[in-house]
Amino acid sequence: MQVDIEFRDLEEAAEKIWDIALKVGLDPYPTHFEIVPASIMYEFGAYGLPGRFAHWTHGKAYHRLRTMYDYGLSKIYELVINSNPCYAFLLEGNSPLQNKLVIAHVLAHCDFFKNNAYFAPTSRQMVETASNNADRIRRYEFLHGKLEVEEFLDAVLSIQEHVDPDVFIKRNKAEENKVRPERQTPYDDLFGLEKGLTEKPDNKQEKFPLSPEKDLLLFIAENAAHLQDWQRDIIYIVRNEMLYFVPQMQTKIMNEGWASFWHARILRELDLTEAEYVEFASLHSSVLSPSKTEVNPYYIGMKIFEDIEKRWNEPSDEERRAFGRKGGEGRQKILDVREVDNDVSFLRTYLTKHLVEDLDLYIYKLEGEEWKIVEKDWEKIRDMLVASMTNFGSPVIMVEDADWNRNRELYLKHSYEGMELDIEYAEKTLRYVHKLWGRAVHLETIVDSSNVVLTFDGEKNTIKRNS
Amino acid sequence: MLQSISLSKHDWSLHRKGPADQARHAEKVKEAIKGNLANIISQEAIITSDGNRIVKVPIKSLELPRFRYEFRKKQQVGQGEGDSGVGDVLNPGQKGQGKGKQAGDQPGIDYYEAEITIEELAGLLFEDLGLPNLQRKLGAEVEGAGIRYNDIHKVGIMSNLDKKRTIMENIRRNALTGHVPVFQKVRQEDLRFRTWNPDVQRETNAVVIAMRDVSASMGEFEKYITRSFYFWMVRFLRSKYNNVRIVFITHHTEAKEVDEETFFKLGESGGTKVSSAYKLALDIIKMRYDPESWNIYPFHFSDGDNWGDGDNKLCVELVNKLIETCNIFGYGEIQESRHSSPSTLMSAFLSIQNERFIPVTIADKADVYPSLRKFFARREG
Repeated sequence: MQVDIEFRDLEEAAEKIWDIALKVGLDPYPTHFEIVPASIMYEFGAYGLPGRFAHWTHGKAYHRLRTMYDYGLSKIYELVINSNPCYAFLLEGNSPLQNKLVIAHVLAHCDFFKNNAYFAPTSRQMVETASNNADRIRRYEFLHGKLEVEEFLDAVLSIQEHVDPDVFIKRNKAEENKVRPERQTPYDDLFGLEKGLTEKPDNKQEKFPLSPEKDLLLFIAENAAHLQDWQRDIIYIVRNEMLYFVPQMQTKIMNEGWASFWHARILRELDLTEAEYVEFASLHSSVLSPSKTEVNPYYIGMKIFEDIEKRWNEPSDEERRAFGRKGGEGRQKILDVREVDNDVSFLRTYLTKHLVEDLDLYIYKLEGEEWKIVEKDWEKIRDMLVASMTNFGSPVIMVEDADWNRNRELYLKHSYEGMELDIEYAEKTLRYVHKLWGRAVHLETIVDSSNVVLTFDGEKNTIKRNS
Repeated sequence: MLQSISLSKHDWSLHRKGPADQARHAEKVKEAIKGNLANIISQEAIITSDGNRIVKVPIKSLELPRFRYEFRKKQQVGQGEGDSGVGDVLNPGQKGQGKGKQAGDQPGIDYYEAEITIEELAGLLFEDLGLPNLQRKLGAEVEGAGIRYNDIHKVGIMSNLDKKRTIMENIRRNALTGHVPVFQKVRQEDLRFRTWNPDVQRETNAVVIAMRDVSASMGEFEKYITRSFYFWMVRFLRSKYNNVRIVFITHHTEAKEVDEETFFKLGESGGTKVSSAYKLALDIIKMRYDPESWNIYPFHFSDGDNWGDGDNKLCVELVNKLIETCNIFGYGEIQESRHSSPSTLMSAFLSIQNERFIPVTIADKADVYPSLRKFFARREG
């Protein structure tokens, strides 16, 4: 039985890779690998988690991934779930070498899930939770009709990125009746810390929310008047699953870089045949191939980790003098970085001038009908990259006032930081927000340097200059 | 509890979640096509297809809107091969929208090529259309070549024995004699045989009399409109009748019956005398298509540029004569510019007070669908 022999060989290789991973200092959750056919692999890829709730957007993603696979345009070799134990999926038909590389890569991901600080609050039973959520939504479909539930999900999913992973840090019931003194300078929130809060003056007309809220989903679930229980539950489900995915979105470059860094190291420790080594080199380079229009997280992440390791192993004389680096600390340093950073801090701290030039990064934009390179200055490139990672690439929308016009209308404000919104999309999204909020909704933003307010009142979209 | 690493392989063949949601997405794509039929059906790729083929229709990708940045004003970071410089153009030659990246998760105008067969498209198109003034005609009963096993006899050859019925008959007979209803002691009278009858079908017939102005004033656009209109009309009638024939008539000052190829050729030359076509149509009906057994659908496409009021009057008379025997008479006036006023011919036709006479004006490709709907709206005969 050829298949059985292959399976046993793979089991043996997996154990060997596990031992090497522990030896080099990785600390993954126990990991279970399941070999699955392409249809299952692409389904999990499309849904993000096995057994997640049904929705046509998942079906669309599945169809796209399937088609690309069928035409040989792209292939998912592996998929790993942040849980304890970790679940990982190998594509049936991977060659033995591909599987070895994938197993090494996955173990580094599992180490990252377990040790990176941003993953600490995530549920490690999300597969079970997601499948319970799917059951509940199925029951709502049964009770309230498939179309009704689908249309409600459409609305919720259109604003699913608008959650605040730090919402519980800020919330403190005891402080809810107190206010901070009015800001005088941009640094008041720092200086004000020791001053504490003042009792809120009773006679003042209250604004609600007291200070702007970033978690649009939570705000609507808690405060929209007309929602039924099942609808609130769906908002909480979507928000809960989104919060689970947020750390993965915040650490894409680090996580993929970390896994690529280690799969290369671990495979060098295995006794590969010459043919396997050639296959490894070609697979490794295809994973790391750069793209003209975006940064390949695998490549840039791995390069940064390699650079950090080198600079802490063999610091320059200046680095020894200025920072007191002793040398030989590379391994410990990268383990520390994977523990405390996310993409924003990782890039800001470790994407150096030397790396930006070595990687030949640039900023490009649409000029007329052509995409043109407009900037090669390394600091601007670094800052642009950091800016594009902020809030995991989504615009920040704050709830300013839930009683606008004294009419319980919802007033949102885009925190403009130089990038304009797609107005057509914003208007369509406002229609969905209206469906959730139940009354007129407004969004303040900047278009062509002027302040405008988009409104959807339940019948039509309007846009007007803010005076 | 799992301590380190493990590996397994199960049978996943019953897992169906992805395909189910994919089907829902496909359904929504179809709804989107339906909402955009007017633009889709007059596409060249469709009306020049052979009718069975799958056609690809571009529709805007179905996407949930969200708050996102305006990609046309956005700056992004990319990576070169070591020698990039300010001013370099990425993807030269590939202009305009999109960047050829994964469709869907990048902004840009994302088009989705939905695959659909002409049959499905026709199904959507004709879903709520009907044949106006449909009349039951004396259809010829045609004895088909086939036979059908659709009858039961008490005698027959053993190879055609219907075992189930035979057993039922036996049990029934046993029960009638007061015995317990069981199956036993089969007699000759219990036997039942399947037998056949010749396959008789009733033919329903329709004839389309397609008339087209080929005078010098009719150009490429008029030809295109005529063609896409007839393409869908014939498809529609075939879905209702077993047998649809088309008679092609072209005219300038004289009318003649032509084959399909000639019919769709570009305009010839000369003036226009519409009445000549209507006369020929009446002659053809009289000689070949007895209204007793044929549903008749004459349609005429012209730019309405007719030869004087005298002929217009004659046309009105002839049209009145035609609608006596025809299911409907459709007149399509093709005017590329929306602003021109109705022609003298159209003005003359407007005096006809008969709901079987249906005039339309077509100024744009997208008008083909509404005019089809106007011609074939359900109404009482």
